[in-house]
Amino acid sequence: MSAPAELDPTQAHVVSEWKHGRPMNACRIDPQGRYVFGGSEDAVVSRFQLTDGAKADLTGGHVTWVWSLAFTKDGAQAVSGACDGKITWWETAAESPTPVRSVEAHKGWVRSMAASPDGALIATGGNDNTVRLWNAEDGSLVRELSGHEGHIYSVAFHPSGEFLLSGDLMGVIKQWEVETGKEIRTFDAKPLHSYNGGQKVNYGGVRAMSVSPDGKFLAAGGLHEATNPFAGVNKALVLVFDWESQEVKQKHTTEGIERSMIWRLDWLADGSLIGATSGTEGALLFWKMEQASQYHKLKLPSNVRDMDVHPDGLQVATAHHDGHVRITRLAPKAT
Amino acid sequence: MSIPYACNSSEHGLARRGFLGTMAATGAGAMTGGLGAFMQPAVGEELTRDQKRVVIWDMHGGISQLETWDPKPGTETGGPFLSIPTSVPGIHVCELMPKTAQQMHHLCLIRGVDTNEDDHGLGRYKVTTGRKMTGAANDPQIGAVAARALTPENYALPGHILITPGGGGGRSNDAAYLGPKYASVQLGNGKPPQNSVLPDTITVEHDAARQEYRRRQNERFLSRRRTATSEAYGYSYEQALQMMQQREVFDVSKEPAQDQERYGTHDLGRHALLARRLLEHGTPVVKLSHSNYDTHHENFNFHIEQLGELDRAFSCFVEDLADRGMLDTTLIIVLSEFGRTPRVNARYGRDHWSHAWSVVMAGCRMPRGVAYGATNDKGTEVVDGKVDHANLFHTYLEGAGVDSTATFNIEGREVPLADPASHPIEEILT
Repeated sequence: MSAPAELDPTQAHVVSEWKHGRPMNACRIDPQGRYVFGGSEDAVVSRFQLTDGAKADLTGGHVTWVWSLAFTKDGAQAVSGACDGKITWWETAAESPTPVRSVEAHKGWVRSMAASPDGALIATGGNDNTVRLWNAEDGSLVRELSGHEGHIYSVAFHPSGEFLLSGDLMGVIKQWEVETGKEIRTFDAKPLHSYNGGQKVNYGGVRAMSVSPDGKFLAAGGLHEATNPFAGVNKALVLVFDWESQEVKQKHTTEGIERSMIWRLDWLADGSLIGATSGTEGALLFWKMEQASQYHKLKLPSNVRDMDVHPDGLQVATAHHDGHVRITRLAPKAT
Repeated sequence: MSIPYACNSSEHGLARRGFLGTMAATGAGAMTGGLGAFMQPAVGEELTRDQKRVVIWDMHGGISQLETWDPKPGTETGGPFLSIPTSVPGIHVCELMPKTAQQMHHLCLIRGVDTNEDDHGLGRYKVTTGRKMTGAANDPQIGAVAARALTPENYALPGHILITPGGGGGRSNDAAYLGPKYASVQLGNGKPPQNSVLPDTITVEHDAARQEYRRRQNERFLSRRRTATSEAYGYSYEQALQMMQQREVFDVSKEPAQDQERYGTHDLGRHALLARRLLEHGTPVVKLSHSNYDTHHENFNFHIEQLGELDRAFSCFVEDLADRGMLDTTLIIVLSEFGRTPRVNARYGRDHWSHAWSVVMAGCRMPRGVAYGATNDKGTEVVDGKVDHANLFHTYLEGAGVDSTATFNIEGREVPLADPASHPIEEILT
């Protein structure tokens, strides 16, 4: 994939912001690039049209916070996951989408969701420590993957579609063979987990994962140096693993944001890694492989809780605590 | 010099003098005949049957009422969790408490608590002493007050035990003017009291000889100058010896393996089972704590983690006390220094909130299967049955069968057990 000529993360700027009203937890852009869907601290899935921000509220699919989103490959249907343990399918472009189907997916929250590259499967990770694969077409359960000993915070497919990755609270990343459900190996992301003996809590976890488009690197993000989990005193950390050797090739950090953590990671066409972070401020961060600290930071008006890159590689949607979805363009402002 | 007993009764004094006299008369070999007389089965059973007990579950840091006893699902303050029905029709609790929900028919929820103090230290002072902290005052905590009121005069072991998640041991500083006798003895991480094993360099025979020598000297002194202080001095030695002899009372590993599994192998599970063991052995007041709930950040993740432990241990504890008939004589209190804000902050946290939160009680004079008081639909204020720390303190005492309007005679000064300007929650006392 070649980088768009205009792509320049150092020139990133917000071009749109649309309000839902309740704090946002999640956002995804459909594969055709028409809409951004949002999940929030209510039972609503909100849909914004990217051209003009026209909003539709999708109700009736959940009874509590919507935490994760994904799309089928053709973008015809969106899938939402919530803290009620359900995943719900919606017609993406319907005038007033209603639930196509809802499935009891997990006991507890559906923390994370990803669509397979071929569009056949939806993977979910939940608070019941399981990963499940669903038929994207009919919602039937294809496979359950067990073995984690902590809540599943993130799931991501390898670009080949051959493997699924799942990351948990305890800093364990498991690599599964999609075809068989066999656990292939684990990546050690323990630096992203901490146990605080005074507060007696486990904290951190693998909050974001993304495999580079060439399949050579796995980026896993979250936080470390958690000296006071209850106050969120910690620092964001991204571990970049070499896919073959599993060695940590880089530890990306953040500069200029206190109490930071990573909520989402993705790779840009120029090889940059982009991260959504929250802390004393919300921001988009950009790293190059050869440098530990970010080469650019775009400060945003509110804590960022999720992010998605548009298929054009130039637009980025972010979900914010202040109840807004924002669209950032990774290119110079139009003159 | 008068002996300043709680109720100023001469009977107590006579009882103690007679008791100590017997102890002295039986001599060294009767360490088991001194305070050990208490352990004669018939006497022990009599005391156990009639004795009221109090057990306090202290949720350090401020447990969220919205994630436990007073859920508001589907509202902007309700958070992500759902509510579930309980064993009492019409009463719902947070889905994080499924096992406790099945014990609701034993519990009394107080949902309208407003203690008006959002500072940890000041809030804790209010909740544990029933009084507002003032510059000069140093008031005893509920455990110490209950221990003073409920501990039998000749009880062999410490009447007030604090089981802590960490720490070493020794005496706490929670009895104020009631004195160290009623201060809690800490079982750091659930371990037996410090220094309760003879050092290797001292043999049993050597120890018996030195205790005999001490008793003789003590009796000689008492024959000329018997005072409350001198009696307490000798009593504390005998109590320490009893504690060493009965060290197994503090050993939770003696409980059945099945129970250890049921309660959970985490700290709170072990400590709750130890609390049950202590209560069954007659300890009048036991306090255990769960740390920590001060979740300004990621309140929901941390409550999942903490309440998984609390729900398991607490539900087993309530069920066992009920099954063993101990709820009639044991008052259970679940408290915290305050609750947490209905507002969810930008970091998925909840902050300090003392204006509309919940306390739970069970046993003794508490009604069973009741939710008293109510907050509004968002949990931001109390709309029915508002009570404060002083009301609760009175209610704890009355619930345990203690007249909360009584006074202690402290060196000739009458000191009210509870704030005389307040009163118990009469509506709920049975």
